[in-house]
Amino acid sequence: METVYVICVGVLTSCGIFLCLRGRTFSVVVGLTMLSYAVNLFLFSSGRLNLKDAAILGMGESYADPLPQALTLTAIVIGFAMIAFVVILALRARADLGNDFVDGTEPPDTDKLLKSNRGKV
Amino acid sequence: MSLFWITAILLIGVIIPVLTERFGRTINTICTMLAPAIALAYIISLMPAVLAGEAVVEYLEWIPAAGLTLSMHLDGLALMFSLLILGIGLLIILYARYYLSEKEAIGRFFSYLILFMTAMLSIVLSNNVLQMWMAWEVTSISSFLLISFWSSKSESRKGARMALTVTGAGGLALLAGLLIVADIVGSYELRTILSSGDLIREHALYPVALILILLGAFTKSAQFPFHFWLPHAMAAPTPVSAYLHSATMVKAGIFLLARFYPVLSGTEMWFLIVSMTGLTTLLLGAYIALFKHDLKGLLAYSTISHLGLITLLLGLDTKLAAVAALFHIMNHAVFKASLFMAAGIIDHESGTRDMRKLGGLWRFMPYTATLAMVAAASMAGVPLFNGFLSKEMFLAETLHSSALGFLSWVIPVLATLAAIFAVAYSVRFIHDVFFNGEPKDLPKTPHEPPRYMKIPIEILVALCLLVGIFPNFMIGGLLGAAASSVLMTDLPYYSLAIWHGFNLPLLMSIIAIAGGLVVYSYRRHLYRFQAQFKEPDEKLIFEGVIQRLVNYATRLNDGLSNGSLQRYIAALLSFAIVITAIPLINLNTAATHFPDQAVSGVEITAAILLCLSAIATVIYHRKRMVALITLSVVGLIASIAFARFSAPDLALTQLSVEVVTVILLMLALFFLPQKTAAESSPSRVVRDVSIAAAIGGLVATINYAFITQPFDNSISEFFLANSKTGGGGTNAVNVILVDFRGLDTLGEILVLGIAALGIFNLLARVRLAMPSANENGLAWAQDRHPPILAMISQSLLPLALLVSFYIFLRGHNMPGGGFIAGLITAVALIQQYIAHGVDWVKPLIKVDYQTLISLGVLIAALTGIASWLFGRPFMTTWFDYFDIPLIGEIELASALVFDLGVYLTVVGATLLILASLGKLTSVHRPTATAEE
Repeated sequence: METVYVICVGVLTSCGIFLCLRGRTFSVVVGLTMLSYAVNLFLFSSGRLNLKDAAILGMGESYADPLPQALTLTAIVIGFAMIAFVVILALRARADLGNDFVDGTEPPDTDKLLKSNRGKV
Repeated sequence: MSLFWITAILLIGVIIPVLTERFGRTINTICTMLAPAIALAYIISLMPAVLAGEAVVEYLEWIPAAGLTLSMHLDGLALMFSLLILGIGLLIILYARYYLSEKEAIGRFFSYLILFMTAMLSIVLSNNVLQMWMAWEVTSISSFLLISFWSSKSESRKGARMALTVTGAGGLALLAGLLIVADIVGSYELRTILSSGDLIREHALYPVALILILLGAFTKSAQFPFHFWLPHAMAAPTPVSAYLHSATMVKAGIFLLARFYPVLSGTEMWFLIVSMTGLTTLLLGAYIALFKHDLKGLLAYSTISHLGLITLLLGLDTKLAAVAALFHIMNHAVFKASLFMAAGIIDHESGTRDMRKLGGLWRFMPYTATLAMVAAASMAGVPLFNGFLSKEMFLAETLHSSALGFLSWVIPVLATLAAIFAVAYSVRFIHDVFFNGEPKDLPKTPHEPPRYMKIPIEILVALCLLVGIFPNFMIGGLLGAAASSVLMTDLPYYSLAIWHGFNLPLLMSIIAIAGGLVVYSYRRHLYRFQAQFKEPDEKLIFEGVIQRLVNYATRLNDGLSNGSLQRYIAALLSFAIVITAIPLINLNTAATHFPDQAVSGVEITAAILLCLSAIATVIYHRKRMVALITLSVVGLIASIAFARFSAPDLALTQLSVEVVTVILLMLALFFLPQKTAAESSPSRVVRDVSIAAAIGGLVATINYAFITQPFDNSISEFFLANSKTGGGGTNAVNVILVDFRGLDTLGEILVLGIAALGIFNLLARVRLAMPSANENGLAWAQDRHPPILAMISQSLLPLALLVSFYIFLRGHNMPGGGFIAGLITAVALIQQYIAHGVDWVKPLIKVDYQTLISLGVLIAALTGIASWLFGRPFMTTWFDYFDIPLIGEIELASALVFDLGVYLTVVGATLLILASLGKLTSVHRPTATAEE
């Protein structure tokens, strides 16, 4: 179980990082969202993976660790606030700068070949 | 009274001059002198004990847990320096009152001066090396302020900058050195360090610590090759030159050498570096001083030379040399301060300091001339004056040195050579100014200065004579106390007397005086010889070096940062990979590792689905709508995972956040391009995939490493044990949020509120083009509010609100609570926006979302404050059970009110974010519709 879990966390992290490294704002927002899933799962697992333990007092013999849960719960909500802020920032940048590049301008190192193919995608 | 009061009183003294400036200069001066006078009186009252060999040590606990204790001490060395600092300081204040003109801001000047005095005194009184270092830096800063006092002059600004750069850089080296020493000893306390000499000298890091501390000392005391800043610091008003740059601050480096003499000296390395630096500085300073036409320039190089002499003494391997060094520190401070003040008077009364113009001033100011002659004689080392005694000791010690083995004879020979030049420039100082013909086109007609301006010089000159004639009576005790605190062993035998019989040192003195007179009389030939060399302008060189440094830094910076965010992130992540990978290589957890739990088919399926959706999001990320849908699949599986692993609260939160996020991203996508062109070059894709894969692999490894280990869950045990009894709830997660860690939650909803308000402001004046068609040119549907959706969502609304109310209420005992209930309410209301449009919802919901957020935060904070009314700490909760007829027993807890605050903030923030974005699509857009 643990192996499967960490593979999922790793895949989510990799996908999130890759998207964060893209040059357009929307990809970065999607990447950040994915990364925050990974981070939440990562944090949550610090209480170990409990399949059978009870979450509510009086409902079982042993209990799941409440501390990482409380931390992750706040992390989810704060994560949402962050994603919302970033996406609105992206909108504002698009409105003020007229493009959606993360740097505000077209990256200087974009391949010429790719530039000439622009619009044919 | 305590030693700490000295610093405190002087710190108060820093503001006094500025406050009393309006009452006239005399009152201002007297008030300024008050604080140093009290400090001096207190130090003198402690003198008998210190002279008897008892050091005064005091401690003031500051942060005991971090090992930070303020500490002061007064031993012989500190006493000697304190008397110099405060005594000469008082004379300088009196002198400066007459030196500065009426229009100059004398209050500000005195403030800086007292600030310096405080810092300098703190250096010598500190019994904690960090505290000492702080004071050290303050002296650099106050010196900067004082040198640049005439800030309208370019040379003042440049000189101040140069002094600050050199001494500040040295200060950083000193800090590093002190930290190493403190680390070796395991204490920041100076007295502990001073008693651990062998430990430090035998440590492998001793050479590093020594060189760093010496760098600090040599830069401060203007030792070769860092001597160049001192002559340029002479752009300061003369009282500053007399006080900081000859008598005290430049001696801070010497003080440091003397202070650490017991622990750092005694090795080959110390003797070689310190004595050779001192010797070079001694010779260089004495030689250059002769060629300076500026009075203060001559005195500056002479100061450098004397500082070199003291350094050389501390570097010689005899105990008596250290005694001589301390003796010369006092003597030099006394005669050099009076010479500077005399130079200041000459400048003040004749309008120039150029010795080529001055001459024959004896006729105009015979009294000042006499004073200056006594001081200059002392500087030259003429018998009956104090300078002679310490110089004699110095010459004697150079004979006893064996630091250079068979070449040791070089030291006395070069010392005599330097003494010859010292006599020559002393003679020049007197002869060129007071005799030697008539003055040439002076700006003013010279005359004697005001009565009180001469008093400081008179006192110092009297000291020169008294010490010179009755050395043992005047300072025997003080010197003995200072020497025993430097040597920390029994004192060697020495006698302070004028006459020691005919011996080699006396012969060297005679050679020096005779040779000096000869050199001076043949000075024209020397000038002509020296004129062949181009005189280097240190200011130009220094500014050039700084400019080159700035250019390098700019180029490096430009090379690293080209404004590309992707590049920065990639660099940051690559660094993170290296940093996290290294510890993992040596991580061995096999001993406590426990095996994986069994995995079922359902879990495997979910995992595969999760990974596939994540990868699909990456592959289709350029088709943004598709990416959004696959992303939401990832989020859903994440919430299912939380449910599976016994975290119902998390599952509920993740689920509702997921809904809100997807709605938000879809709304945003409406205004952004629907697709991204392929624009990453293949090499870029390879680089990014490698970075992403490495990070993912590392994160998974770390995660696996810790979730297969047992852990100490005593904190969680505490929460579980006290959740019901202390917090009154069976849902421990919720009790942690609203009770145990309520303050964190308060901070968190505050952040949420701020984010929402920030978004509201970002969108308030946004000018976004309203797309009328998608990227394929198909117009968006005109039917914006499908009737079936509208009907269903409308009828679902009460149900949804009821559910959220239920979830809110049961939160304390069952999965739920303010966060989840707030998100559900928000989703239910957002659905109305989607189904009916902003125009329909707006009149129905009259609540202002910003008010809702502030109300929520306010309620949460007030619930916390309310516990003060009952005399409890902030955020103490209260609960009790009540038996109400018909309904039965219910529980009331103050945490519920707190949770209400959370609920309101979450609803307000979520709706504010989504509604302000949604408003952009409606007629309520802030922009003119002409853009469409």
